Amino acid sequence: MTEEIIIAGFGGQGVLSMGKILAYSGIMEDKEVTWFPSYGPEMRGGTANVTVILSDTRISSPVLHEFDTAIILNQQSMDKFEKAVKPGGVLLYDPNGVIHPPTRKDIRIYKVEGTRAAVEMGNPKVFNMIVLGGYLKVKPVINLANVERGLQKSLPERHHKLIPLNLEAIRKGGEILEAN
Amino acid sequence: MGELRLMKGNEVLAEAAVRCGCDGYFGYPITPQSEVMETLMELRPWETTGMVVLQAESEVASINMVYGAAATGKRAMTSSSSPGVSLMQEGISYIAGAELPCLIVNVQRGGPGLGTIQPSQADYFQTTKGGGHGDYRLITLAPASVQEMHDFVELAFDLAFKYRNPAMILTDGALGQMMEKVELADQKPRWTREEILARSGSWATTGKTPDRQRNVVTSLELDSEKMEQNNIRLQAKYQQIEENEVRYEEILCDDAEYLMVAFGTSSRVCQKALEVLREQGVKVGLLRPITLWPFPSKVIGEMARKVKGILVVEMSAGQMVEDVKLAVFDACCCVPVAYTGRMGGILPSPGEVVEAFEQKLLKR
Repeated sequence: MTEEIIIAGFGGQGVLSMGKILAYSGIMEDKEVTWFPSYGPEMRGGTANVTVILSDTRISSPVLHEFDTAIILNQQSMDKFEKAVKPGGVLLYDPNGVIHPPTRKDIRIYKVEGTRAAVEMGNPKVFNMIVLGGYLKVKPVINLANVERGLQKSLPERHHKLIPLNLEAIRKGGEILEAN
Repeated sequence: MGELRLMKGNEVLAEAAVRCGCDGYFGYPITPQSEVMETLMELRPWETTGMVVLQAESEVASINMVYGAAATGKRAMTSSSSPGVSLMQEGISYIAGAELPCLIVNVQRGGPGLGTIQPSQADYFQTTKGGGHGDYRLITLAPASVQEMHDFVELAFDLAFKYRNPAMILTDGALGQMMEKVELADQKPRWTREEILARSGSWATTGKTPDRQRNVVTSLELDSEKMEQNNIRLQAKYQQIEENEVRYEEILCDDAEYLMVAFGTSSRVCQKALEVLREQGVKVGLLRPITLWPFPSKVIGEMARKVKGILVVEMSAGQMVEDVKLAVFDACCCVPVAYTGRMGGILPSPGEVVEAFEQKLLKR
Protein backbone atom coordinates (compact mmCIF):
# COMPACT_ATOMS: atom_id res chain seq x y z
CA MET A 1 0.00 0.00 0.00
CA THR A 2 1.25 3.47 -0.89
CA GLU A 3 -0.99 6.53 -0.52
CA GLU A 4 0.27 9.85 -1.88
CA ILE A 5 -1.71 12.84 -0.62
CA ILE A 6 -1.55 16.59 -1.16
CA ILE A 7 -3.25 18.83 1.41
CA ALA A 8 -3.55 22.44 0.24
CA GLY A 9 -5.12 25.62 1.55
CA PHE A 10 -4.30 28.90 3.29
CA GLY A 11 -1.68 29.25 6.00
CA GLY A 12 -3.49 29.15 9.34
CA GLN A 13 -6.10 26.57 8.27
CA GLY A 14 -4.15 23.79 9.92
CA VAL A 15 -2.95 22.23 6.68
CA LEU A 16 0.53 21.37 7.97
CA SER A 17 -0.71 20.06 11.31
CA MET A 18 -3.37 17.91 9.65
CA GLY A 19 -0.57 16.36 7.61
CA LYS A 20 1.56 15.92 10.69
CA ILE A 21 -1.18 14.11 12.61
CA LEU A 22 -1.80 11.87 9.59
CA ALA A 23 1.92 11.10 9.35
CA TYR A 24 2.24 10.39 13.08
CA SER A 25 -0.80 8.11 12.89
CA GLY A 26 0.96 6.28 10.06
CA ILE A 27 3.98 5.65 12.28
CA MET A 28 1.64 4.21 14.94
CA GLU A 29 0.58 1.73 12.28
CA ASP A 30 4.21 0.80 11.44
CA LYS A 31 4.06 2.54 8.09
CA GLU A 32 6.83 4.48 6.42
CA VAL A 33 5.88 8.16 6.27
CA THR A 34 7.08 11.34 4.59
CA TRP A 35 5.73 14.83 5.34
CA PHE A 36 7.03 17.39 2.87
CA PRO A 37 5.83 20.99 3.21
CA SER A 38 6.04 23.73 0.65
CA TYR A 39 7.84 26.18 2.84
CA GLY A 40 8.19 29.85 2.05
CA PRO A 41 8.92 33.14 3.78
CA GLU A 42 5.22 33.66 4.58
CA MET A 43 3.62 32.36 7.79
CA ARG A 44 -0.07 33.29 7.73
CA GLY A 45 -2.42 34.13 4.92
CA GLY A 46 -0.29 32.77 2.10
CA THR A 47 -0.97 29.45 0.45
CA ALA A 48 0.29 26.41 2.32
CA ASN A 49 0.50 22.85 1.15
CA VAL A 50 2.01 19.63 2.31
CA THR A 51 2.62 16.27 0.67
CA VAL A 52 2.04 13.28 2.94
CA ILE A 53 3.07 9.81 1.81
CA LEU A 54 2.10 6.67 3.73
CA SER A 55 3.52 3.36 2.61
CA ASP A 56 4.24 -0.20 3.64
CA THR A 57 7.57 0.00 1.79
CA ARG A 58 10.45 2.49 1.51
CA ILE A 59 9.22 5.84 0.20
CA SER A 60 10.82 7.22 -2.94
CA SER A 61 10.23 10.80 -4.06
CA PRO A 62 8.87 13.42 -1.65
CA VAL A 63 8.23 15.55 -4.74
CA LEU A 64 5.31 14.35 -6.83
CA HIS A 65 3.55 15.52 -9.97
CA GLU A 66 0.40 13.44 -9.36
CA PHE A 67 -1.44 12.27 -6.27
CA ASP A 68 -3.80 9.51 -5.15
CA THR A 69 -5.72 12.06 -3.07
CA ALA A 70 -5.98 15.85 -3.03
CA ILE A 71 -7.51 17.59 -0.01
CA ILE A 72 -8.31 21.12 -1.16
CA LEU A 73 -9.32 23.98 1.06
CA ASN A 74 -9.27 27.09 -1.13
CA GLN A 75 -9.74 28.18 -4.75
CA GLN A 76 -6.04 28.77 -5.52
CA SER A 77 -5.30 25.21 -4.47
CA MET A 78 -8.20 23.89 -6.55
CA ASP A 79 -6.80 25.68 -9.61
CA LYS A 80 -3.41 24.15 -8.97
CA PHE A 81 -4.15 20.61 -7.79
CA GLU A 82 -7.45 19.43 -9.36
CA LYS A 83 -5.47 18.46 -12.44
CA ALA A 84 -2.79 16.71 -10.36
CA VAL A 85 -5.12 13.95 -9.09
CA LYS A 86 -4.38 10.57 -10.71
CA PRO A 87 -7.24 9.24 -12.87
CA GLY A 88 -9.46 7.23 -10.53
CA GLY A 89 -8.06 9.16 -7.54
CA VAL A 90 -9.88 11.14 -4.88
CA LEU A 91 -10.49 14.89 -4.55
CA LEU A 92 -11.93 16.06 -1.26
CA TYR A 93 -12.78 19.73 -0.71
CA ASP A 94 -14.50 22.20 1.56
CA PRO A 95 -16.92 24.29 -0.56
CA ASN A 96 -16.36 27.31 1.71
CA GLY A 97 -13.74 29.31 -0.14
CA VAL A 98 -14.04 27.31 -3.34
CA ILE A 99 -15.92 29.39 -5.93
CA HIS A 100 -15.54 27.02 -8.87
CA PRO A 101 -16.24 23.43 -7.82
CA PRO A 102 -14.15 20.69 -9.44
CA THR A 103 -15.29 19.49 -12.85
CA ARG A 104 -13.27 16.37 -13.61
CA LYS A 105 -15.26 13.23 -14.40
CA ASP A 106 -12.44 10.68 -14.13
CA ILE A 107 -11.88 11.07 -10.38
CA ARG A 108 -14.00 10.56 -7.25
CA ILE A 109 -15.05 13.90 -5.76
CA TYR A 110 -16.22 14.43 -2.17
CA LYS A 111 -17.34 17.47 -0.19
CA VAL A 112 -16.89 18.18 3.52
CA GLU A 113 -18.55 21.32 4.89
CA GLY A 114 -15.77 21.59 7.44
CA THR A 115 -15.88 25.34 8.05
CA ARG A 116 -19.61 25.26 8.82
CA ALA A 117 -19.39 22.17 11.00
CA ALA A 118 -16.50 23.67 13.00
CA VAL A 119 -18.58 26.78 13.74
CA GLU A 120 -21.49 24.53 14.77
CA MET A 121 -19.16 22.65 17.09
CA GLY A 122 -18.21 26.02 18.59
CA ASN A 123 -14.49 25.70 17.80
CA PRO A 124 -13.18 26.85 14.41
CA LYS A 125 -9.78 25.34 15.24
CA VAL A 126 -11.05 21.76 14.80
CA PHE A 127 -11.78 22.52 11.14
CA ASN A 128 -8.77 20.54 9.95
CA MET A 129 -9.72 17.50 12.04
CA ILE A 130 -13.23 17.52 10.54
CA VAL A 131 -11.67 17.47 7.06
CA LEU A 132 -9.28 14.71 8.15
CA GLY A 133 -12.31 12.73 9.35
CA GLY A 134 -13.89 13.10 5.94
CA TYR A 135 -10.72 11.84 4.30
CA LEU A 136 -10.42 8.81 6.61
CA LYS A 137 -14.03 7.91 5.80
CA VAL A 138 -13.28 7.91 2.07
CA LYS A 139 -9.91 6.20 2.49
CA PRO A 140 -9.61 4.31 5.76
CA VAL A 141 -5.83 4.01 5.35
CA ILE A 142 -5.35 4.24 9.13
CA ASN A 143 -7.68 3.01 11.84
CA LEU A 144 -9.06 5.52 14.31
CA ALA A 145 -7.32 3.99 17.34
CA ASN A 146 -3.99 4.75 15.71
CA VAL A 147 -5.12 8.28 14.86
CA GLU A 148 -5.82 8.76 18.56
CA ARG A 149 -2.32 7.49 19.37
CA GLY A 150 -0.96 9.79 16.65
CA LEU A 151 -2.70 12.75 18.31
CA GLN A 152 -1.19 11.80 21.66
CA LYS A 153 2.29 11.69 20.14
CA SER A 154 2.04 14.86 18.07
CA LEU A 155 0.28 17.14 20.59
CA PRO A 156 2.22 18.49 23.56
CA GLU A 157 0.96 17.06 26.85
CA ARG A 158 -0.65 20.35 27.92
CA HIS A 159 -3.03 19.99 24.94
CA HIS A 160 -3.98 16.37 25.63
CA LYS A 161 -7.27 17.52 27.19
CA LEU A 162 -8.27 18.55 23.65
CA ILE A 163 -7.91 15.03 22.23
CA PRO A 164 -11.57 14.02 22.84
CA LEU A 165 -12.73 17.17 21.02
CA ASN A 166 -10.41 16.36 18.10
CA LEU A 167 -11.69 12.78 17.93
CA GLU A 168 -15.25 14.10 17.99
CA ALA A 169 -14.33 16.40 15.08
CA ILE A 170 -12.88 13.46 13.12
CA ARG A 171 -16.13 11.51 13.65
CA LYS A 172 -18.16 14.57 12.60
CA GLY A 173 -16.17 14.81 9.37
CA GLY A 174 -17.03 11.21 8.54
CA GLU A 175 -20.73 11.92 9.14
CA ILE A 176 -21.03 15.05 7.00
CA LEU A 177 -19.04 13.70 4.06
CA GLU A 178 -20.97 13.98 0.79
CA ALA A 179 -20.12 12.30 -2.49
CA ASN A 180 -20.46 14.63 -5.48
CA MET B 1 15.22 -0.68 18.92
CA GLY B 2 15.71 3.02 19.57
CA GLU B 3 12.98 5.58 20.04
CA LEU B 4 10.81 6.21 16.95
CA ARG B 5 9.77 9.76 16.16
CA LEU B 6 8.42 11.89 13.34
CA MET B 7 11.00 14.63 12.89
CA LYS B 8 12.33 17.22 10.48
CA GLY B 9 15.78 16.63 9.07
CA ASN B 10 17.07 19.78 10.76
CA GLU B 11 15.70 18.72 14.16
CA VAL B 12 17.25 15.29 13.74
CA LEU B 13 20.71 16.80 13.11
CA ALA B 14 20.46 18.46 16.53
CA GLU B 15 19.16 15.33 18.31
CA ALA B 16 21.84 13.17 16.72
CA ALA B 17 24.60 15.60 17.71
CA VAL B 18 23.56 15.53 21.38
CA ARG B 19 23.03 11.76 21.39
CA CYS B 20 26.40 10.90 19.85
CA GLY B 21 28.19 12.92 22.52
CA CYS B 22 29.14 16.05 20.56
CA ASP B 23 31.00 18.59 22.73
CA GLY B 24 30.11 21.84 21.06
CA TYR B 25 27.91 23.45 18.41
CA PHE B 26 28.67 26.95 17.13
CA GLY B 27 26.32 28.46 14.58
CA TYR B 28 24.52 31.41 13.12
CA PRO B 29 20.88 31.24 11.97
CA ILE B 30 19.98 31.02 8.29
CA THR B 31 16.96 29.56 6.48
CA PRO B 32 16.41 26.69 5.70
CA GLN B 33 18.47 25.24 8.57
CA SER B 34 17.66 27.50 11.54
CA GLU B 35 15.84 24.62 13.29
CA VAL B 36 19.20 22.97 13.98
CA MET B 37 20.25 25.57 16.54
CA GLU B 38 16.63 26.19 17.65
CA THR B 39 16.26 22.50 18.48
CA LEU B 40 19.60 22.46 20.32
CA MET B 41 18.53 25.47 22.37
CA GLU B 42 15.28 23.67 23.26
CA LEU B 43 17.12 20.46 24.16
CA ARG B 44 19.42 22.41 26.53
CA PRO B 45 22.18 19.76 26.38
CA TRP B 46 24.48 21.92 28.55
CA GLU B 47 22.28 20.79 31.44
CA THR B 48 22.54 17.09 30.59
CA THR B 49 25.66 16.07 28.64
CA GLY B 50 27.49 19.35 29.14
CA MET B 51 27.54 20.09 25.41
CA VAL B 52 28.08 23.76 24.57
CA VAL B 53 25.58 25.41 22.21
CA LEU B 54 26.52 28.91 21.17
CA GLN B 55 25.07 31.40 18.72
CA ALA B 56 28.06 33.23 17.29
CA GLU B 57 28.00 36.75 15.88
CA SER B 58 28.53 35.49 12.32
CA GLU B 59 29.37 32.42 10.25
CA VAL B 60 33.01 33.52 10.18
CA ALA B 61 33.05 33.52 13.96
CA SER B 62 31.27 30.16 14.25
CA ILE B 63 33.69 28.26 11.98
CA ASN B 64 36.64 29.75 13.89
CA MET B 65 35.05 28.68 17.18
CA VAL B 66 34.83 25.18 15.69
CA TYR B 67 38.53 25.51 14.72
CA GLY B 68 39.44 26.39 18.29
CA ALA B 69 37.32 23.68 19.90
CA ALA B 70 38.54 21.03 17.44
CA ALA B 71 42.15 21.93 18.26
CA THR B 72 41.52 20.66 21.81
CA GLY B 73 40.51 17.20 20.58
CA LYS B 74 36.82 17.76 21.25
CA ARG B 75 33.97 16.96 18.91
CA ALA B 76 32.82 20.31 17.50
CA MET B 77 30.37 21.14 14.74
CA THR B 78 28.58 23.92 12.93
CA SER B 79 25.76 24.07 10.42
CA SER B 80 24.64 26.65 7.93
CA SER B 81 23.13 27.05 4.48
CA SER B 82 24.86 27.97 1.23
CA PRO B 83 25.61 31.73 1.66
CA GLY B 84 26.72 31.07 5.25
CA VAL B 85 28.94 28.18 4.19
CA SER B 86 30.57 30.44 1.60
CA LEU B 87 31.52 32.77 4.45
CA MET B 88 33.10 29.82 6.28
CA GLN B 89 35.42 28.76 3.46
CA GLU B 90 38.54 30.46 4.84
CA GLY B 91 38.09 28.71 8.18
CA ILE B 92 37.41 25.37 6.52
CA SER B 93 40.65 25.61 4.54
CA TYR B 94 42.56 26.44 7.76
CA ILE B 95 40.97 23.49 9.58
CA ALA B 96 41.87 21.16 6.69
CA GLY B 97 45.41 22.59 6.64
CA ALA B 98 45.79 22.15 10.41
CA GLU B 99 44.37 18.61 10.07
CA LEU B 100 41.60 18.96 12.59
CA PRO B 101 38.52 16.76 12.84
CA CYS B 102 35.14 18.52 12.89
CA LEU B 103 31.70 18.41 11.32
CA ILE B 104 30.20 21.06 9.05
CA VAL B 105 26.62 20.70 7.79
CA ASN B 106 25.44 22.52 4.70
CA VAL B 107 21.64 22.52 4.26
CA GLN B 108 21.85 23.91 0.75
CA ARG B 109 19.58 26.58 -0.75
CA GLY B 110 19.43 27.99 -4.27
CA GLY B 111 22.15 30.39 -5.36
CA PRO B 112 24.29 32.03 -6.52
CA GLY B 113 24.47 34.98 -4.17
CA LEU B 114 21.77 35.35 -1.56
CA GLY B 115 19.57 33.39 -3.96
CA THR B 116 16.49 31.74 -2.50
CA ILE B 117 15.58 29.74 0.60
CA GLN B 118 14.38 26.75 -1.44
CA PRO B 119 16.40 23.51 -1.77
CA SER B 120 19.33 23.13 -4.15
CA GLN B 121 22.41 20.98 -4.75
CA ALA B 122 24.50 23.67 -6.40
CA ASP B 123 27.24 23.64 -3.74
CA TYR B 124 28.61 20.31 -4.99
CA PHE B 125 31.63 21.97 -6.62
CA GLN B 126 32.27 24.13 -3.56
CA THR B 127 32.22 21.10 -1.27
CA THR B 128 34.03 18.46 -3.29
CA LYS B 129 36.52 20.60 -5.19
CA GLY B 130 37.49 22.87 -2.30
CA GLY B 131 35.58 26.12 -1.84
CA GLY B 132 38.51 27.48 0.12
CA HIS B 133 42.09 27.83 -1.04
CA GLY B 134 44.78 25.19 -1.32
CA ASP B 135 44.92 21.46 -2.07
CA TYR B 136 42.51 20.06 0.49
CA ARG B 137 39.56 17.69 0.60
CA LEU B 138 36.45 17.39 2.75
CA ILE B 139 35.02 13.96 3.54
CA THR B 140 31.51 14.57 2.21
CA LEU B 141 28.40 12.57 3.13
CA ALA B 142 25.13 13.09 1.27
CA PRO B 143 22.05 11.79 3.17
CA ALA B 144 18.89 10.93 1.23
CA SER B 145 16.45 10.47 4.10
CA VAL B 146 15.77 11.92 7.53
CA GLN B 147 17.09 8.67 9.03
CA GLU B 148 20.41 9.22 7.24
CA MET B 149 20.49 12.83 8.48
CA HIS B 150 20.55 11.19 11.92
CA ASP B 151 22.97 8.36 11.16
CA PHE B 152 25.53 10.46 9.31
CA VAL B 153 26.21 12.83 12.22
CA GLU B 154 28.01 10.15 14.22
CA LEU B 155 29.51 8.61 11.07
CA ALA B 156 30.90 12.01 10.04
CA PHE B 157 32.52 12.50 13.45
CA ASP B 158 33.97 8.97 13.33
CA LEU B 159 35.49 9.54 9.88
CA ALA B 160 36.72 13.01 10.84
CA PHE B 161 38.61 11.63 13.84
CA LYS B 162 39.83 8.53 12.01
CA TYR B 163 41.60 10.74 9.47
CA ARG B 164 42.00 14.03 11.39
CA ASN B 165 40.09 15.76 8.63
CA PRO B 166 37.00 17.99 8.49
CA ALA B 167 33.84 16.19 7.38
CA MET B 168 30.83 17.73 5.68
CA ILE B 169 27.23 16.60 5.58
CA LEU B 170 25.96 18.04 2.30
CA THR B 171 22.18 18.10 2.34
CA ASP B 172 19.47 20.52 1.22
CA GLY B 173 16.41 22.46 2.32
CA ALA B 174 14.04 19.67 1.28
CA LEU B 175 15.64 17.12 3.61
CA GLY B 176 16.03 19.78 6.30
CA GLN B 177 12.33 20.73 6.25
CA MET B 178 10.87 17.30 5.54
CA MET B 179 9.58 15.07 8.34
CA GLU B 180 10.01 11.31 8.27
CA LYS B 181 10.04 8.43 10.70
CA VAL B 182 13.38 8.24 12.43
CA GLU B 183 14.86 5.80 14.90
CA LEU B 184 16.99 7.74 17.38
CA ALA B 185 20.20 6.31 18.81
CA ASP B 186 20.57 5.96 22.56
CA GLN B 187 22.42 8.73 24.39
CA LYS B 188 26.17 8.22 24.48
CA PRO B 189 28.38 10.07 26.96
CA ARG B 190 30.81 12.74 25.79
CA TRP B 191 34.43 11.67 25.78
CA THR B 192 36.16 12.08 29.11
CA ARG B 193 39.48 13.92 29.38
CA GLU B 194 41.25 10.53 29.60
CA GLU B 195 39.55 9.33 26.43
CA ILE B 196 40.51 12.53 24.60
CA LEU B 197 44.12 12.18 25.76
CA ALA B 198 44.24 8.56 24.66
CA ARG B 199 42.72 9.35 21.28
CA SER B 200 44.18 12.74 20.39
CA GLY B 201 46.84 13.47 23.02
CA SER B 202 49.61 13.29 20.42
CA TRP B 203 48.39 16.37 18.57
CA ALA B 204 45.60 18.15 20.48
CA THR B 205 46.16 21.21 22.66
CA THR B 206 45.01 19.57 25.87
CA GLY B 207 47.33 21.51 28.18
CA LYS B 208 51.08 20.84 28.22
CA THR B 209 52.41 18.56 30.95
CA PRO B 210 56.13 18.34 31.90
CA ASP B 211 56.47 14.91 30.32
CA ARG B 212 55.82 16.00 26.75
CA GLN B 213 56.63 18.58 24.11
CA ARG B 214 54.18 21.35 23.27
CA ASN B 215 51.48 20.35 20.72
CA VAL B 216 51.18 23.05 18.07
CA VAL B 217 48.09 23.34 15.87
CA THR B 218 48.63 25.52 12.82
CA SER B 219 48.22 25.59 9.07
CA LEU B 220 51.16 28.03 8.67
CA GLU B 221 54.57 26.83 7.43
CA LEU B 222 56.73 29.49 5.79
CA ASP B 223 59.47 27.07 4.77
CA SER B 224 58.28 25.88 1.35
CA GLU B 225 60.25 22.63 1.52
CA LYS B 226 58.40 21.75 4.72
CA MET B 227 55.10 23.03 3.34
CA GLU B 228 55.45 20.75 0.36
CA GLN B 229 56.07 17.86 2.74
CA ASN B 230 52.87 18.83 4.58
CA ASN B 231 51.02 18.69 1.28
CA ILE B 232 52.54 15.33 0.40
CA ARG B 233 51.38 14.00 3.76
CA LEU B 234 47.86 15.39 3.16
CA GLN B 235 47.69 13.85 -0.31
CA ALA B 236 48.76 10.46 1.05
CA LYS B 237 45.96 10.71 3.62
CA TYR B 238 43.45 11.66 0.93
CA GLN B 239 44.52 8.68 -1.13
CA GLN B 240 43.96 6.41 1.85
CA ILE B 241 40.47 7.88 2.31
CA GLU B 242 39.73 7.32 -1.38
CA GLU B 243 40.78 3.68 -1.02
CA ASN B 244 38.82 2.96 2.15
CA GLU B 245 35.80 5.18 2.53
CA VAL B 246 33.81 5.20 -0.71
CA ARG B 247 30.14 4.63 0.06
CA TYR B 248 27.23 4.28 -2.36
CA GLU B 249 23.90 2.52 -2.80
CA GLU B 250 22.87 0.52 -5.85
CA ILE B 251 19.16 0.17 -6.62
CA LEU B 252 18.16 -2.39 -9.26
CA CYS B 253 21.59 -2.18 -10.91
CA ASP B 254 22.11 -5.94 -11.44
CA ASP B 255 20.15 -6.27 -14.68
CA ALA B 256 20.28 -2.58 -15.63
CA GLU B 257 20.69 -1.58 -19.27
CA TYR B 258 20.59 2.11 -18.35
CA LEU B 259 21.83 3.91 -15.26
CA MET B 260 20.73 6.98 -13.36
CA VAL B 261 23.18 8.65 -10.98
CA ALA B 262 21.88 11.05 -8.33
CA PHE B 263 22.51 11.91 -4.68
CA GLY B 264 20.40 13.23 -1.79
CA THR B 265 16.94 14.55 -2.62
CA SER B 266 17.49 14.05 -6.38
CA SER B 267 18.10 10.36 -5.78
CA ARG B 268 14.68 10.09 -4.12
CA VAL B 269 13.05 11.69 -7.16
CA CYS B 270 14.99 9.28 -9.39
CA GLN B 271 13.74 6.28 -7.40
CA LYS B 272 10.18 7.24 -8.34
CA ALA B 273 11.20 7.81 -11.97
CA LEU B 274 12.88 4.40 -11.92
CA GLU B 275 9.66 2.76 -10.70
CA VAL B 276 7.74 4.39 -13.57
CA LEU B 277 10.34 3.37 -16.18
CA ARG B 278 10.58 -0.20 -14.84
CA GLU B 279 6.77 -0.48 -15.15
CA GLN B 280 7.22 0.43 -18.82
CA GLY B 281 9.73 -2.40 -19.14
CA VAL B 282 12.86 -0.21 -19.31
CA LYS B 283 15.68 -1.85 -17.36
CA VAL B 284 17.13 1.09 -15.49
CA GLY B 285 19.12 1.13 -12.27
CA LEU B 286 20.06 3.91 -9.86
CA LEU B 287 23.46 4.49 -8.37
CA ARG B 288 23.38 6.85 -5.40
CA PRO B 289 26.74 8.19 -4.23
CA ILE B 290 26.63 8.44 -0.42
CA THR B 291 30.15 9.86 -0.18
CA LEU B 292 30.51 12.66 -2.74
CA TRP B 293 34.17 12.79 -1.82
CA PRO B 294 35.61 10.21 -2.02
CA PHE B 295 33.51 9.75 -5.16
CA PRO B 296 32.43 6.23 -6.23
CA SER B 297 34.27 6.56 -9.57
CA LYS B 298 35.31 2.94 -9.79
CA VAL B 299 31.84 1.42 -9.52
CA ILE B 300 30.44 4.01 -11.94
CA GLY B 301 33.21 3.08 -14.39
CA GLU B 302 32.35 -0.61 -14.02
CA MET B 303 28.64 0.09 -14.53
CA ALA B 304 29.44 2.26 -17.57
CA ARG B 305 30.90 -0.77 -19.35
CA LYS B 306 27.60 -2.63 -18.91
CA VAL B 307 24.97 -0.02 -19.76
CA LYS B 308 23.80 1.79 -22.91
CA GLY B 309 23.50 5.23 -21.35
CA ILE B 310 23.75 7.20 -18.10
CA LEU B 311 21.52 10.02 -16.89
CA VAL B 312 22.77 12.25 -14.06
CA VAL B 313 20.03 14.13 -12.20
CA GLU B 314 20.91 17.12 -10.03
CA MET B 315 19.35 20.20 -8.46
CA SER B 316 22.03 22.33 -10.14
CA ALA B 317 23.18 23.20 -13.65
CA GLY B 318 25.11 19.91 -13.71
CA GLN B 319 28.08 19.61 -11.37
CA MET B 320 28.41 15.97 -10.29
CA VAL B 321 27.90 15.02 -13.96
CA GLU B 322 31.53 16.13 -14.51
CA ASP B 323 32.76 13.52 -12.01
CA VAL B 324 30.56 10.87 -13.65
CA LYS B 325 32.07 11.76 -17.04
CA LEU B 326 35.58 11.49 -15.58
CA ALA B 327 34.73 8.09 -14.11
CA VAL B 328 33.45 6.90 -17.49
CA PHE B 329 36.53 8.32 -19.21
CA ASP B 330 38.86 6.59 -16.72
CA ALA B 331 37.10 3.31 -17.50
CA CYS B 332 38.02 3.87 -21.20
CA CYS B 333 34.37 3.78 -22.02
CA CYS B 334 32.36 5.97 -24.41
CA VAL B 335 28.81 5.43 -23.19
CA PRO B 336 26.68 8.61 -23.46
CA VAL B 337 26.36 10.58 -20.22
CA ALA B 338 23.41 12.98 -20.13
CA TYR B 339 22.30 15.46 -17.48
CA THR B 340 18.94 16.78 -16.40
CA GLY B 341 17.96 18.92 -13.44
CA ARG B 342 16.42 22.10 -12.13
CA MET B 343 18.06 25.15 -10.58
CA GLY B 344 17.44 28.03 -8.25
CA GLY B 345 15.41 26.16 -5.64
CA ILE B 346 13.17 24.08 -7.94
CA LEU B 347 13.03 20.32 -7.47
CA PRO B 348 12.73 18.19 -10.60
CA SER B 349 9.54 16.10 -10.57
CA PRO B 350 9.63 12.36 -11.23
CA GLY B 351 7.65 13.06 -14.45
CA GLU B 352 10.31 15.48 -15.67
CA VAL B 353 13.05 12.93 -14.99
CA VAL B 354 11.17 10.21 -16.92
CA GLU B 355 10.68 12.61 -19.82
CA ALA B 356 14.35 13.61 -19.87
CA PHE B 357 15.38 9.96 -19.71
CA GLU B 358 13.17 9.11 -22.68
CA GLN B 359 14.35 12.09 -24.71
CA LYS B 360 18.05 11.90 -23.98
CA LEU B 361 18.70 8.16 -23.69
CA LEU B 362 15.85 6.38 -25.46
CA LYS B 363 15.64 9.13 -28.13
CA ARG B 364 11.84 8.89 -28.08
